[in-house]
Amino acid sequence: MDPVSEITEIRKKTLMDSTILSRAIVDSFRKLEPRTMAKNPVMFVVEVAAVLTTVQLIWNSLHHAEQIGFGLQITLWLWFTVLFANFAEAMAEGRGKAQADTLRKARAETQARRLRGDAGIETVLSSKLRAGDVVVVSAGEFIPGDGEVIEGVASVDESAITGESAPVIRESGGDRSAVTGGTRVLSDEIKVRITSNPGETFLDRMIKLVEGAARQKTPNEIALNILLAGLTIIFLLAVVTLQPFAVYSGAPQNIFVLVSLLVCLIPTTIGGLLSAIGIAGMDRLIQRNVIAMSGRAVEASGDVDVLLLDKTGTITLGNRAATQFYPAPGIAETYLADAAQLASLADETPEGRSIVVLAKERYNLRGRDLAAHAANFIPFSAQTRMSGVDIDGREIRKGAPAAIARFVSPGGNDVPAELKTCVEEISNSGGTPLLVAENRRVLGAIALTDIVKGGMRERFEHLRAMGIRTMMITGDNPLTAAAIARQAGVDDFLAEARPEDKMALIKREQAKGKLVAMTGDGTNDAPALAQADVGVAMNTGTQAAKEAGNMVDLDSNPTKLIEIVEIGKQLLITRGALTTFSVANDVAKYFAIIPAMFAGAFPVLEVLNIMRLRTPESAILSAVIFNALIIIALIPLALRGVRYRPVGAAALLQRNLLIYGVGGIIAPFVGIKLIDMLLPYLGLA
Amino acid sequence: MTANGWFQILFYLLVIFLITKPLGIFMTRVFNREKTFLDFLLRPIEKLVYRLTGVDESREMPWTEYTIAMLLFSGVSMTLLYLIERTQRWLPLNPQKFGNVDPPLAFGTAASFTTNTNWQAYSGESTMTYLTQMAGLSYHNFVSAAVGIVLAIVVIRGIARRETENLGNFWVDATRCLLWVLLPFCLVGALVLVSQGVVQNFRPYTTVDLIQPYTAEVTGADGKTATQTVTQQIIAQGPVASQEAIKEFGTNGGGFFNANSAHPFENPTPFSNFFELVLIFAIPSGLTYTLGRMTGSQRHGWAVWAAMAFLFLAGVTAAYWAEASGNPLLAGTDQRATAFASGGNMEGKEVRFGIANSALFATVTTDASCGAVNAQHDSFTPLGGMVPLINIMLGEVVFGGVGAGLYGMFVFVVLAVFIAGLMVGRTPEYLGKKIESYDVKMAMLAVLILTFTILCFSAIAVVKPYGLAGISNPGPHGLTQILYAYVSSTGNNGSAFGGLHANTLWYNTTTAAAQLLGRFFMIIPIMAIAGSLAKKKIVPGSAGTFPVTGSLFSGLLVSTVLIVGALTFFPALSLGPILEHLLMHAGKVF
Repeated sequence: MDPVSEITEIRKKTLMDSTILSRAIVDSFRKLEPRTMAKNPVMFVVEVAAVLTTVQLIWNSLHHAEQIGFGLQITLWLWFTVLFANFAEAMAEGRGKAQADTLRKARAETQARRLRGDAGIETVLSSKLRAGDVVVVSAGEFIPGDGEVIEGVASVDESAITGESAPVIRESGGDRSAVTGGTRVLSDEIKVRITSNPGETFLDRMIKLVEGAARQKTPNEIALNILLAGLTIIFLLAVVTLQPFAVYSGAPQNIFVLVSLLVCLIPTTIGGLLSAIGIAGMDRLIQRNVIAMSGRAVEASGDVDVLLLDKTGTITLGNRAATQFYPAPGIAETYLADAAQLASLADETPEGRSIVVLAKERYNLRGRDLAAHAANFIPFSAQTRMSGVDIDGREIRKGAPAAIARFVSPGGNDVPAELKTCVEEISNSGGTPLLVAENRRVLGAIALTDIVKGGMRERFEHLRAMGIRTMMITGDNPLTAAAIARQAGVDDFLAEARPEDKMALIKREQAKGKLVAMTGDGTNDAPALAQADVGVAMNTGTQAAKEAGNMVDLDSNPTKLIEIVEIGKQLLITRGALTTFSVANDVAKYFAIIPAMFAGAFPVLEVLNIMRLRTPESAILSAVIFNALIIIALIPLALRGVRYRPVGAAALLQRNLLIYGVGGIIAPFVGIKLIDMLLPYLGLA
Repeated sequence: MTANGWFQILFYLLVIFLITKPLGIFMTRVFNREKTFLDFLLRPIEKLVYRLTGVDESREMPWTEYTIAMLLFSGVSMTLLYLIERTQRWLPLNPQKFGNVDPPLAFGTAASFTTNTNWQAYSGESTMTYLTQMAGLSYHNFVSAAVGIVLAIVVIRGIARRETENLGNFWVDATRCLLWVLLPFCLVGALVLVSQGVVQNFRPYTTVDLIQPYTAEVTGADGKTATQTVTQQIIAQGPVASQEAIKEFGTNGGGFFNANSAHPFENPTPFSNFFELVLIFAIPSGLTYTLGRMTGSQRHGWAVWAAMAFLFLAGVTAAYWAEASGNPLLAGTDQRATAFASGGNMEGKEVRFGIANSALFATVTTDASCGAVNAQHDSFTPLGGMVPLINIMLGEVVFGGVGAGLYGMFVFVVLAVFIAGLMVGRTPEYLGKKIESYDVKMAMLAVLILTFTILCFSAIAVVKPYGLAGISNPGPHGLTQILYAYVSSTGNNGSAFGGLHANTLWYNTTTAAAQLLGRFFMIIPIMAIAGSLAKKKIVPGSAGTFPVTGSLFSGLLVSTVLIVGALTFFPALSLGPILEHLLMHAGKVF
């Protein structure tokens, strides 16, 4: 299978894929190693508890035979609890690991042709290349390392990394000069200056990231871990001191019961799923072809307050398009459209094509066979700043208002006053006016305007509901910028922006305590990308931009910033939801276990058994089983993430508190009762 | 339960609601060093104090220095009290010729009053001289309350200020708190109490002839019974009113007399009872308004108030219901409330207060870390007695002790914001301050210290002979007695369940240790959070910011308090009061 389809295959892989599944099962046992477990305090306590009951079980079976069946079941379920948590983590890592395997193939050792100091060429292994070396890569060869094209143009197949099979153009100078090691040149020959040492290439980093090897705990995850460890210690205290109280009351408890209570009370649900949630969050980004250089960046994207969006390419389509014809007094609109279309037929620029299209759409004017008319095209030149056509004795020109004014003045004509106002209005509303003239007479104006991408207004509204401010960055003058900003529905704009203005803006917002996200591709974006809290570099961009940002979008789609923010938020929400759920679960578990512990000595305590569980053993076992199974049941949610809705915090909180808080209190009552009812049919208790 | 009883309870809450805003504004002005109507009188005194002590009132302190100043101040004050107790025999104002207080009791009492606990393992009227009561105990009632209040102010400043280390000057805050807040109100309060019949004198105890002498059977040391006719009674006197006002207003709770607010000289009339109740909640309630005002989010202040009011109503309802329901074992007697009988469980209650006011007092005194009592909590029904116990276990955050209630609630706010805050998809923020791992760590530490102290001391006491020796009833009631002692000490409440013989070496030292741990080891992590928050930027609010206002937040806060605060103690409670209640209904009592 070639790498392209392999990568797309992996992205499509469902969670229940058999290879991922079987690898995860093996890994869940491998992760039982205590040093690995100790990184997760909650599950480490469960593992220690399981070891304790195992030892007690062995001792019991050697000395006396009471409670062997109950002890055995509790012990097994404790081990299952640990294994299920490990399994969750292994599942989350699964897709990344499969992807890493494929990426490794692309990293395979290749031969590189390195330029020597004396301009000769030597062949070396790609692993011997160092930053600063210059290599020559021809059609059919793999690019041996990350670098910058310093000479030549080539089409490059980057599918091994991006999964996108269409080749891309890489050329020296400008913003499309970066090439990635492991991609293949399809045509032509380029000279590449290598920018990274072996082991530090983009591919290497990507492999580490998708595999989770470079994963570090994010700030929120650390804080959450502290909370969970704290809760664990508190419940450890509650259970350890319960034994003296029980002894005082004349109802001492055995180790299986105490350990069961402990394991049920400590937040095992979130403790078991916490790292899986984090890994899955990174994975969701990777599925959208975004490589986050750190988990911290993913988390920060959820916290973003301000989005800086470049106008061109992000908010608007890359090019301006004709949107309206304004005929001069006494000229029919159709006539103007026809002339404009004729003048543009040979114009291959996007603007020119858009005029042809508009005329066709509005007046059903078709392109004509110009060869039959012996037409003569006048291409655009920097001197005249006009283009047009000479056809059937008609001399049609279109161009900037000043140029056309100069064109018509020898005929003693002027631009009509009405048209001058019209031209000003077009400029003021953010468009670019063009004038069309025939035989030194002005026919009318065409408005070229920025076309705001579909659905942007709604997305900005969603962002606003989430409390995120959007800010458009453009080199246009303030008037034009204001018009487009209004049209697109962004909250604010920065006009006539130079790179340093962008930087100053970011610093200003950050000084107010806000987190800023932006996208960029050019070398002059690099400082701002580095300064922003979330900087997404385009893969087509320069090496400098990719180095400066903390994420790289392999699709080079700047609009994706919005999705990244949503993924960041979803990650945090999932963590919060499962924490709340886990803590809320404790209420029911108390009502299952406490009466079971003491109803033997004090039958009156049976009233606390509000679930009416059958026997003390069954009650405790049901609680422990529920506690273990809930981890498995929530793996899909942890990996997929809680559904995110673009609404305000208050509404979101209310909804999530209802589902995960109130639901977290009720669910275990139902679950434990069901397990208690099922156990006799399974012959377990 | 009667309509009259409910009317009194709800009227009380209404009065608390009404005084919250004016008191909150007044305290804001005092601690922001803005103009108040008392400045003309107090400002010169304040300046004089600073001149005499060499305090630079313009210098602010970071949290570490502030905390050290507070600890030093408390340490020196505690030593002073210990010395007074140990030498009172030779000091003036000792008409009853009391001896010096024994070292364990003197230490325990010094710790107890320094920590605003006022746990009393002695009877005031037979142990402490007037000088000890005034210069030793009343002094601490003022300064320990001032310490609590200024710490709450520091926490509020930590939330409100941005990118600074400065949190105020301990000496200035404490001085202003004493001069502007505590002294004037207590002066007026004491006079109101005197008007109701609370005594204020230095007289020796009065011996009076009984109008109706009575004869009782007395069992002597030799086991023989003899009849004895009592014709005289000794009536204890003293400077009571001056200590009574601060006892409530500073949520101290240490009574002048052993009977505390059940004694007619401490709490003579229904009005004095109501007045004392208002004094207990006044500052804690007012501070919620100060919180809102200083942080610029008045609605947040009210949301915290609402959460507190809800927990208060829940507690008082449970206690009132349990006490009014009476004792099921007295099924033959008429326990209904009528115009002439209060009905319900009147054991250990004063007839002039009745069921409603006793249940209300028990709830209020344990919601706040006051610990004054007008009834014997030991004699409450098991569930009625569980309400004060749970109130203290929650950390006394239902209005709570002066200052301590607010900074205790602050810990729960931090935890609630952190747990649920993630659910809005942002790093949790509290009024624009990000809650990060350091803050969570300190908040968990505060909760841990409370849990650790209560559970560990109780667990040792229930299995060791020196612990078991103190209990007066076996079975679950005995467990409750021990639990209550450590809960009350750690929570700095100081109310006694009663029934526990606490004046032993074990209980004097361990309760003192619990009080010191529960006070100062709670304060240090909380101050650390305040310091950490003050250094942070304030993220401006937006639609995406976690809402800390409104009923949703109040509900969240209540749930966090109940789940984090109470669940830990559920196993112990189920073997104590819950079991006792169930056994009582099954006909078994202890």
